Amino acid sequence: METYANNYVMVAIFLLLGIFLPVAALAAGRLLRPHRPSGAKLTTYESGNDPVGEGQVQFNIRYYLFALMFVIFDVETVFLYPWAVAYRQLGLFVLVEMLIFVALLLVGLLYAWKKKVLKWDSI
Amino acid sequence: MGDLLREPLTAGNALLFLLAAAGLLLIVLGFVTYAIYFERRVIGWMQLRVGPNRVGPLGLLQTVADIFKLLIKEDTIPRKADRALFVLAPVLAYVPAFAVLAVIPYTSGLYFADLNVGLLYYVALSSMTTLAIVLGGWASNNKYALLGGMRSAAQMISYEVPLVMSVVGVVMLSGSMNLRSIVAAQGDWFWQWHFLPQLIGFAIFVVASVSELNRTPFDLPEAESELVAGYHVEYSGFRFAFFMLTEYVYVYAIAALTTVLFLGGWHPPAPFLDIVPGLIWFVLKFALVVFVLFWLRATFPRLRVDQLMGFGWKVLLPLALLNIFVTAAYMELWIK
Repeated sequence: METYANNYVMVAIFLLLGIFLPVAALAAGRLLRPHRPSGAKLTTYESGNDPVGEGQVQFNIRYYLFALMFVIFDVETVFLYPWAVAYRQLGLFVLVEMLIFVALLLVGLLYAWKKKVLKWDSI
Repeated sequence: MGDLLREPLTAGNALLFLLAAAGLLLIVLGFVTYAIYFERRVIGWMQLRVGPNRVGPLGLLQTVADIFKLLIKEDTIPRKADRALFVLAPVLAYVPAFAVLAVIPYTSGLYFADLNVGLLYYVALSSMTTLAIVLGGWASNNKYALLGGMRSAAQMISYEVPLVMSVVGVVMLSGSMNLRSIVAAQGDWFWQWHFLPQLIGFAIFVVASVSELNRTPFDLPEAESELVAGYHVEYSGFRFAFFMLTEYVYVYAIAALTTVLFLGGWHPPAPFLDIVPGLIWFVLKFALVVFVLFWLRATFPRLRVDQLMGFGWKVLLPLALLNIFVTAAYMELWIK
């Protein structure tokens, strides 16, 4: 059992190394790179013109709808995974159950489709 | 590596783990350096030009020079940017890209972490990068960056659903989410590997993973002609380098994952070919996947944004669901 934890020690090492590389590289870069900020350099880039208005502009509501759809179907996949792992041991009954579950969500997808949520009409 | 993981943890072993992981990090950095060079040469060759050939013999040091140039570039953070988040975003993008590599097995003995939830771990962590992209786009306080970031996020979440669903069939056939068991479940002949029994799943997986990588023909987040460079417009120097590094580390990760899930991992294509070590077979299949990714970039034009989202939700998602039930029916009828 305690040797099983070794695998998670490995995962932790990977995470730490993943954090270490950018931190170390950016810290080392600080010694190498010049640092001469000027007013013009620090302005927001907008194809060479002076920036107009706020940078955090209003964006399309569709992104929000896609995020909602994503949450629904991602939760569905969370249910699908354990089902798929155990499928060999389970019978026809769970297959029908999963069919019903997926069909319910598919109705949601069809509804979104009909409501033209999936149709992209601007940026 | 496998034997070491089964011993009780001591300080010496922990140090060996750290050294092994650091070794992989160096290999991955080497891969990224030469994948960029290889990509430019391959695309140059496909477009009947030479590609980089000036720095070092055959241009082999081109990417090294590019990285060094990025390291000594001035690092500007716009005055209006949200400093803390702006600094955080490239690090947050890179960490999951490297952390997912922990679960990839290379041969039956060479692997780093043998998690029973390996596949779920990969899928869950890799979606963290979306967060970093939105964060980078938002923190830049720039219109192009914000729109590019939102587009990226919308695309990545739209294709993540078919991506994770396309591998459910593989999980069903192997009865495990442990990547080593998935490779072990694939037979010795190449037609027993999952890409043939799971042909629909494989096709969806390839399309969705190209989209997850933001590579052509799904590279809309970086559509230069409309959004300048997308979410990393305001990034310069090494912070920009970390976004690029993340992309290529994901190329490594996806190519390795495709090899493991669908192309039989370290198995030779025929049983009598096992005189060649498994690692060589793994590397060959891995290199093939990487080459195909670069080949796609030279071949396809970019999709339109409406085609992109429609394709993900209206075609790939229903197909992925269908694949699950076709696999289930197949297992009911023939395997059980």
